[in-house]
Amino acid sequence: MTDRLPAVEFIQVTRQFEEMKAVDNLSFRVEPGEFFSLLGPSGSGKTTCLRLIAGFEQPDSGSIRLSGEEAANLPPYERNVNTVFQDYALFPHMTVGENVGYSLMLKKTPQQERQKRVEEMLELVQLAGMMKRKTSQLSGGQRQRVALARALINEPQVLLLDEPLGALDLKLRQQMQVELKAIQKRVGITFIFVTHDQEEALTMSDRLAVFNRGKIEQIGVPAEVYERPASAFVADFVGISNLVSETLAQTLIGSAQSFAIRPEKIQISTLETPVPPNAYSVVGQIQDALYLGMSTRYRVALEQGGHLTVVEQNTTSAIPQGGKVQLIWQREHICPVSQVQ
Amino acid sequence: MQNTPPIPVRCDRSPARRIINFFYFRPLWLLALLLAAPLLWFGVVYLGSLGALLVQSFFYLDDFTGQVVRQFTLQTYAKLFSRSNVDIILRTVGMASSVTVAAAILAFPLAYYMARYASPPIKATLSLAVLLPLWSNYLVRVYSWKLILAQEGVLSWFIRLFHLEGLLSLLLSLPGIGGSSLSVSAFGPFLAFLYLWLPYMILPMQAALERVPASLIEASADLGGRNWATFRWVVLPLAFPGVVAGSIFTFSLTLGDFIVPSILGNSSFFIGQVAYIQQGTSGNIPIAAAFTVVPMVIMTFYLIAAKRLGAFDAL
Repeated sequence: MTDRLPAVEFIQVTRQFEEMKAVDNLSFRVEPGEFFSLLGPSGSGKTTCLRLIAGFEQPDSGSIRLSGEEAANLPPYERNVNTVFQDYALFPHMTVGENVGYSLMLKKTPQQERQKRVEEMLELVQLAGMMKRKTSQLSGGQRQRVALARALINEPQVLLLDEPLGALDLKLRQQMQVELKAIQKRVGITFIFVTHDQEEALTMSDRLAVFNRGKIEQIGVPAEVYERPASAFVADFVGISNLVSETLAQTLIGSAQSFAIRPEKIQISTLETPVPPNAYSVVGQIQDALYLGMSTRYRVALEQGGHLTVVEQNTTSAIPQGGKVQLIWQREHICPVSQVQ
Repeated sequence: MQNTPPIPVRCDRSPARRIINFFYFRPLWLLALLLAAPLLWFGVVYLGSLGALLVQSFFYLDDFTGQVVRQFTLQTYAKLFSRSNVDIILRTVGMASSVTVAAAILAFPLAYYMARYASPPIKATLSLAVLLPLWSNYLVRVYSWKLILAQEGVLSWFIRLFHLEGLLSLLLSLPGIGGSSLSVSAFGPFLAFLYLWLPYMILPMQAALERVPASLIEASADLGGRNWATFRWVVLPLAFPGVVAGSIFTFSLTLGDFIVPSILGNSSFFIGQVAYIQQGTSGNIPIAAAFTVVPMVIMTFYLIAAKRLGAFDAL
């Protein structure tokens, strides 16, 4: 039965800093074993949310439950939750082994067992044999792994990760994304991952929550959040979207409902191409082309006024600027959103 | 495109510009020029006087003529290690150690508060309060301690106010460090030293504590560390260089001071006093020099020990 209880549950939690509500009457649940991302721009409340779960912040009102037990107003050291910090926060005066074994040392675990478990953890994060190293001798990626091993050694109910990949370069970042996911599958611990990188959140999460101004705009699996953004904010923040206002929507699809559409869902075709059923089309002129390597991003000025951004795979040669084209998209890819200015 | 302009010939080079250019292309010359003055000062005035001191300590005073005999001998050092002089050295080191420990214990909470919790205006006020005594005259401050600690002084008045006379007489009856009043007991110089050198302990401690990132303290709590464990395993080891830096000041300043023990205390001698009296009144420069070498040797060992303890690792 205990498995059914959410690993983390927020019930109407508010945390206020002076005038600003960093977290505003928030309710959500994270299921056990999930890889759950908190995605949002800086200052959207995602880090405060993480700190509330860790116990570094206490809520002004509301209830925070960890596996069904009330955790609001418990100090961090009384919660079975561990954190990987953004700056890793490794203790500079300790070796790698002492860092990883810190929590066991505090629990007075016998030396032999401690050593064994530290070795196991270092193996898990592929740092076997690095126990005696000083943390200052490690590269950014290695520090990251030490921080991960230190946080996982206690087998917490929930592991919190505060933008842990932010300081790594692109290649290492992508490698760590894959590895983090693999480690999470292996240990089966709930991961809560804070990031402002929408691509990272989409590729890694089982589910994600998009934060804006202390509130959650949408919670869902990555495909759902990407394909069916619940609000103009989500459509705009997660990936690129064309946000079409009510007036333009009236001329494009014949109904005054503002909507979002992804650039890659729009097809560029010749003016003669017949429009299939259940599809819309509009004529425009290529105004601008941005070469992105794998694809090209076009900005198309519409005859009825306004613009649409279109992304095309670079399978054929580039369409010349100034050329007249027909844009076609399926009805199912239109995603109604509230209010676009 | 076709007609490239000719490279302009610079014929306007003034002498000043030539000198500037000369040094621009020869940075080592510039460095030598910059360092000449401080190195001369340091080398001649500083190390030179120390060298002269060291040399003097290997001469001796002819008791009969009262003249310094400039001849290499170890007899001055032999005299230094006579029973009464060793007592003086031990007393001074004991005083310096107890002042250092007391200053560290007193300074830590304040430094911790200033580094971690104080808002900028409170921090500025506290820093000012810590530094303020350093701007007034040293002698005046020591004499005011004589007044504070005197039998009819402010402190006695407070002690009577709170009916703590019993405690005071218990303190004063302690063998070796007691006396007829606080001012003339060993507590007199101890309290004055503690007051005088406390700022030198607070400031480096505060600087060290400020360098401990807040995330490390959070990480310790996150991993199960209660306040005491976090202090013991994270804050203290990382602030330790600051504690040692502060202790170097409090310890060495107490070792060499000759004014406080001559104004306060039970008129037993300290190293600084002996050096002062020997070179002034008695004209025994060799023994005064030998006495001065003592704190330098002690400090050398102190610094080596501090280095072993990892006090300079963070530098």
